[in-house]
Amino acid sequence: MTPDDAPFALRLSNVSKTFGGLKALDAVDFAVRAGEVHCLAGENGCGKSTLIKIVTGVYTADPGAHIELFGQARDGITPSEARELGIAVIWQDLALFPHMTVAENIAFDGMVGNLPRLLSRGAARAEAQAMLDRLGVRLDLDTRLNTLPIAQRQLVAIARALMGAARLVFMDEPTASLTQSETDGLLKVVQTLSEQGVSVVFVSHRLAEVLEISTSVTVIRDGKLVGVYPTEGLTQARLGELMTGAILSSEVTAQDRSGAAPVLQVENLTRVGEFQDISLTIRRGEVVGLTGLIGAGRTELAHTLIGMTQPDAGHMTLNGQPLRPRNIRAAIAAGIAYVSEDRLSLGLIQPQSIADNTAISVLDRLLNGLGLIASSRKDRLVRTWIDQLSVKIGHPDDPVSTLSGGNQQRVVLSKWLATEPKLIILDSPTVGVDVGARAGIFRIVRRLADEGLAILLISDEVSEVLTNADRVLHMESGRLVNEIDPHATTVEELEAQVYA
Amino acid sequence: MRRFAKDCPVETRLFAVLVLITLGLGLGTDTFFTLANITSLLNNNAVNLIWAVGLLVVLIAGGIDISFAVAASVVQYLAALIFGAIGGGNWATGLIVAGGLGLCLGLINAALIHGFRVVSIVITIATFNVFFGLLMFFTRGRNIYALPGWWTDRIFIFEYQSANGVWSELNLSVAIMLACVAATAILIGWTTWGRQLYAMGDNPEGARRAGVNIALMHGLAYGWLGMMAGIAGLCQVNIAKEVVPNALYGRELEVLAAVVLGGARLGGGRGTIIGCILGVLFVAVTQNGLNLLGISPFAFQMIIGAAILVAISTSNLDLGLKRRRAAP
Amino acid sequence: MSAFDRLNARLGRETLPLLAFAVFVFAAFSLATPLFLTGRNLSSMAFQMPVLGLLTLAMMVPILSGGLNLAIIFQANLSGLTLAWVLIQFGGPEAGVGAFLLGCLAAIAVGATSGALMGAVVAYVGAHPILVSLAMMIFLRGLGEFLTRGGDISGFPEFLGVIGHGNVMGIPVPLLVFGLAALVWHIMLTRTRHGFSVYMIGSNIEASEYSGLHTKRTLMLIYTISGIICAVAGILMLTRFNSVRVGHGEALLLVTVLACFLGGVDPFGGFGRVLPVVLALVILQMLSSGLNLIGANQHLSTAVWGLFLIAVMALRWLGGRLRYGTGRD
Repeated sequence: MTPDDAPFALRLSNVSKTFGGLKALDAVDFAVRAGEVHCLAGENGCGKSTLIKIVTGVYTADPGAHIELFGQARDGITPSEARELGIAVIWQDLALFPHMTVAENIAFDGMVGNLPRLLSRGAARAEAQAMLDRLGVRLDLDTRLNTLPIAQRQLVAIARALMGAARLVFMDEPTASLTQSETDGLLKVVQTLSEQGVSVVFVSHRLAEVLEISTSVTVIRDGKLVGVYPTEGLTQARLGELMTGAILSSEVTAQDRSGAAPVLQVENLTRVGEFQDISLTIRRGEVVGLTGLIGAGRTELAHTLIGMTQPDAGHMTLNGQPLRPRNIRAAIAAGIAYVSEDRLSLGLIQPQSIADNTAISVLDRLLNGLGLIASSRKDRLVRTWIDQLSVKIGHPDDPVSTLSGGNQQRVVLSKWLATEPKLIILDSPTVGVDVGARAGIFRIVRRLADEGLAILLISDEVSEVLTNADRVLHMESGRLVNEIDPHATTVEELEAQVYA
Repeated sequence: MRRFAKDCPVETRLFAVLVLITLGLGLGTDTFFTLANITSLLNNNAVNLIWAVGLLVVLIAGGIDISFAVAASVVQYLAALIFGAIGGGNWATGLIVAGGLGLCLGLINAALIHGFRVVSIVITIATFNVFFGLLMFFTRGRNIYALPGWWTDRIFIFEYQSANGVWSELNLSVAIMLACVAATAILIGWTTWGRQLYAMGDNPEGARRAGVNIALMHGLAYGWLGMMAGIAGLCQVNIAKEVVPNALYGRELEVLAAVVLGGARLGGGRGTIIGCILGVLFVAVTQNGLNLLGISPFAFQMIIGAAILVAISTSNLDLGLKRRRAAP
Repeated sequence: MSAFDRLNARLGRETLPLLAFAVFVFAAFSLATPLFLTGRNLSSMAFQMPVLGLLTLAMMVPILSGGLNLAIIFQANLSGLTLAWVLIQFGGPEAGVGAFLLGCLAAIAVGATSGALMGAVVAYVGAHPILVSLAMMIFLRGLGEFLTRGGDISGFPEFLGVIGHGNVMGIPVPLLVFGLAALVWHIMLTRTRHGFSVYMIGSNIEASEYSGLHTKRTLMLIYTISGIICAVAGILMLTRFNSVRVGHGEALLLVTVLACFLGGVDPFGGFGRVLPVVLALVILQMLSSGLNLIGANQHLSTAVWGLFLIAVMALRWLGGRLRYGTGRD
C-alpha cells in the first residue's frame, strides 16, 4: 500500500522500560513509515501499552533508548509535545464524555487550558463537522454521546483524536466492542487515513483484522521484540504462534451428539423486537455454537433463557420440565448458568475477592446449622474450583481485578460450575482473553461437555465457534437462518455467509 | 425546545409540575398571583438560590459539598469582625470581603480533596465539623447585633404600592442573586472552564488524559461555591439583621435536595441552571402555597418532604422504564 | 505472609492503627488530667457513646451498599415519639412494663416502616439514596414537628431509668445494648447471606444481580434494618433523657458518617468492618470527654473530630504512597 521508501514517521531503537526491577520492555525496536498501517501484536501484558505510552510521553524510557520522530532525533517527549507533533492515541477505554454532545466531544481538546475563554459553539461545531466529513462519517452533532451505540462512539473518539492535525495515530484495541460490520466501517476509515498520509498503529487481539488491515506487523512477546513481518503471506495460525510462542490448534473438534438426551428444548420462542420464532435443542454433552452479528438477537435470546426478560410467545423445557424463569435466580435454580459477554462490569465484581466471586452464586450451600456462612466450607469450595480449573492466583482474598483476562474468565466459570448447572451459556467468552489463554478456556469447555454439560457458545468470531462447537447455528435479524456442520464447511465460507 | 425536553427530561418534568402547582395556587387562592406575594417569594429565596447555583457547579464537577452553609456562617462572623476593624465599609467592600473569605474556605476544601485524593463527601463533612466547631467555640454561640448600618439597612431595588396600599418591593439580595445566577450561567455554559468542569464530572480519567488541570478545576468548583456561600451569607445578614452563628446550620441539606431535584446528577457531568432554579422554586412555591392556603406551618416541612419523595419516585420511575426499553 | 499480615487481614487494615491511636489518646488524656482515668468519667463515657454508636451502625450498612441514610436521626426521633405516645396512652408515669414493651414494638415498627419505604424507592425506583433519605429526613422532621408542635414530651415511668442509667454487673445498660448490636452487626456482615450481598451490591449492583443475588430485596432489607436500629437508638434516647424532642441528636447525623469514614468504611461502598468503626467511636468519645475535662466545650471537640478525620485521611494517603511508591498520577 505504501512504498517501502516512505520516510519514517517514528523510529525507536533499544527502548527499555523497567518498573520496580521488572523489565516491561527489553531493548525493543519499532518503526512506522508515513502513511503506513502498522500492527502491534502481542498478548496482554507483553509491553504493547507500555510502548505506546512511551511514544506519547506518558512514560519515559530507560536511558539508552534512541527516539526519532518525523525524522528528528529526540531525547524525550512530554504528552503536550506529542500532541503538538501530531501524535494521537485512541485509548481502549475511549476516554470520552458520555453526557456531552458529539460536537463537544470531538472539539473538546481545543477547550482545554488553564485560562478561561468564551466558548464559540459555532466554531466548535464547524470543526467537528469538517472532521466527520473528512472521515466520511455522518453523525448528529448535538446528540449526547451516551445515547449513541458504541461503534459510533468509537468514530467520535477517532474524530477527536485527529482534531489536532494528527500524523501518527495509535489505536489501542479499537474493535474490541464492535460488531463485524462496524469493524468493517472502522477499517475503511483507517484506509482513508492511510491514503491521506497519516500513519496508523493498530493494536488488536483479533488476528483476522490485523491481517486484513495492515501492511506490516511488529510482534512483541514478554517485553522483547520477536520480529517485524510483512503482512503478506502471514496466516492467523502463524501470527498466533509468533505471539504466544506456542503452536495453536485450529482443528475442528465437533462430534456427533445427536443420540444424547436433549437438555434444553426451545420452541417458537419470540420476544417482539428482539427475536422471533426460535427453535433449538441442546443435548447432553453438546456444544452448540450460536453466531451472527452483534444485534442479531443472540444476547437477547440468552437473556430470555436466563429469565432477565420474558418471552412473548413460545415455550422452553429443560430436561423435559417446562422452563419459564421469572428471574435469574429461578434460572440458576433450574440449572442454567450464564457467562456474560461483559466480564468487567457484569461477569465479576472486580474489586471484591476471588473467593467471594467464586462463592457468590452458591451461598445457600455454604450455610451451617445456624444459617451462617461456614468459612471452612467456603474455603473448601474456593480451593476445589481453583484447582479444578487451574486458576493462577496469588491468594483467594486478592481482588479478582488483579487476575489476567483468562484467569478471570476461569473464575467466572468456577462461579457458575459451582451451581452444578445442566446448561451453561457462554456469551463471547474470549473477549479480552489472550490468544494463548483462549485455547485453555476451550479445553475446559470441551471437558465440561464430555462430562455431560449442555453448552451454548455465543460468539461473533466465526472461527471460534467453528473449531469449538459440535453444531453451529446462524442467527440473523432475530431469526435462526441456518444450521451448519463444522466438518462440512470452512471458516471462509461461514464468514462469507455471516458477514454478508 | 424539543431538544431541551429530550436532553433534560428531569427539568422538563419539574417545569410541568411547577406550572401545575402554580396554576392550582393561582386558581385556589386570590393572593398567589399578586405582585406582593411574588416579590416576597423572591426576597425569601434569594439566599437559597445563590447557594444552589454554587452547589450546582460542585455537583457538575463530580463532587459534593456539605460544608457551604456553615462556611457562610463563618464568613458572616469574620466579616463582622473585619467591618468592625476597618470601621464600616460598604456594599462593595462587603461583597469583596465576603466573597473573598468564602473563596478561601472553598479553596481549603479543594486543597484537601485534591491534595490527599479523598472523595469530597469525606473532606466536606470533616470541614463542616471544623468550621462549625471552631465558629461556635470562638463565638461561644453568641449573636452579633452591632453591625455596620449599610449591612442591615434595607435597600430596595424595586418598590411599588398598589391601589389598596400594599407595598411590593425587591431587596438588594434579589439583585445580587440575579448577578450570581447570571455569572454562574456564564461560567458553566459559555466558557472553556465550564466545559472542563462538565468533562471532569463526566469522566475524570478522560479529562485528566485530555490535559485538563484537575487541581485548577477543583479549586474553581469549590472556590466558586465558597464565594457564593460567602455572598449568600452577606445577603442573609441583610435580611436577618443579626449574625447568629448557628442560623444556617442544616440548610445545606435542603439546598442539596432542591438542586438534585432539579436534575443535577450526584456523581457529576449533568446539571443545568434552569433545573437548579426550578428545584429551589418547587420547594419555595410549595411552601408559599401551603402558607396561602392557611395550612399550619408545622405541617409545611412534612408536606414538602412528602412532595419531594413523590417527585423522586415518579420521575425516576419513568426514567427507569425508558432505560430498560433502550437496553439490549 | 507474616503473623502481622495475617492479623491485619483478619481484623482489617484499619484496626491496628486505630487501636494504637485509641491507646495513645487514652494515655495522653490520662496524663493530662487526673479526672480522665476515673470510674466516674469512664462510666459517663460508657453512657454517652451508645446512642452515637447505634446511629453509626444504622449509617454504616447503607454506606457499605454504596448509599447513605440521612434520615437516621429523625427515624430515631419518630420512633421515640411513638414509644412516648404509647406510654402516655397507658398513663404516662403510671404505665407498666407491658406498655413499655408494646411501645418498643410500635417504635421499631415505625423505624422499620420508614426504612422500608426508603429502601423500596431506592431499590425499585432506582433513585439516589442521598436524595431519597434527604426527602425522608425532611418529611419525618416535618411530621415530628407537626405532631409535637416543636415541644418536649416527658413524664415517663421511673423504671425506664434502669435502661437509661442502670448497670448490669457493673456494665452500663446502654453499653450492653450497643455491644450486643455491634456483635450482631459484625456477624450479620461477615457471616450471613445478607451481609455478603451488602458488600457485593456496594461494589457492583448489576454484576450482583447477574450473579443471582436478590439485589432489590437486599436493598429493602438494608434500609429496613437501618430503620430498626434507629428505633433502638430512639428508645435509648428516650430512656436516657426521660424526654423526647424532635431534633434531639440532630448534630449527630454527620458525626455518624464521620465515624464510618474514620473506621475505614469506603465512601463508595463495598468495603468496611464493624470493629474499626467501633474503635473510631471510642476514639471520638474519648476526644470529646477528654477535651471536656480539660476545660474545652463540646464545640471544640466537634472541630477536633473534623481535624482528626482530615489527619487520618492524610495519613492514609501518605501510607498509600509509601506502600505503592510514588507511582504515576
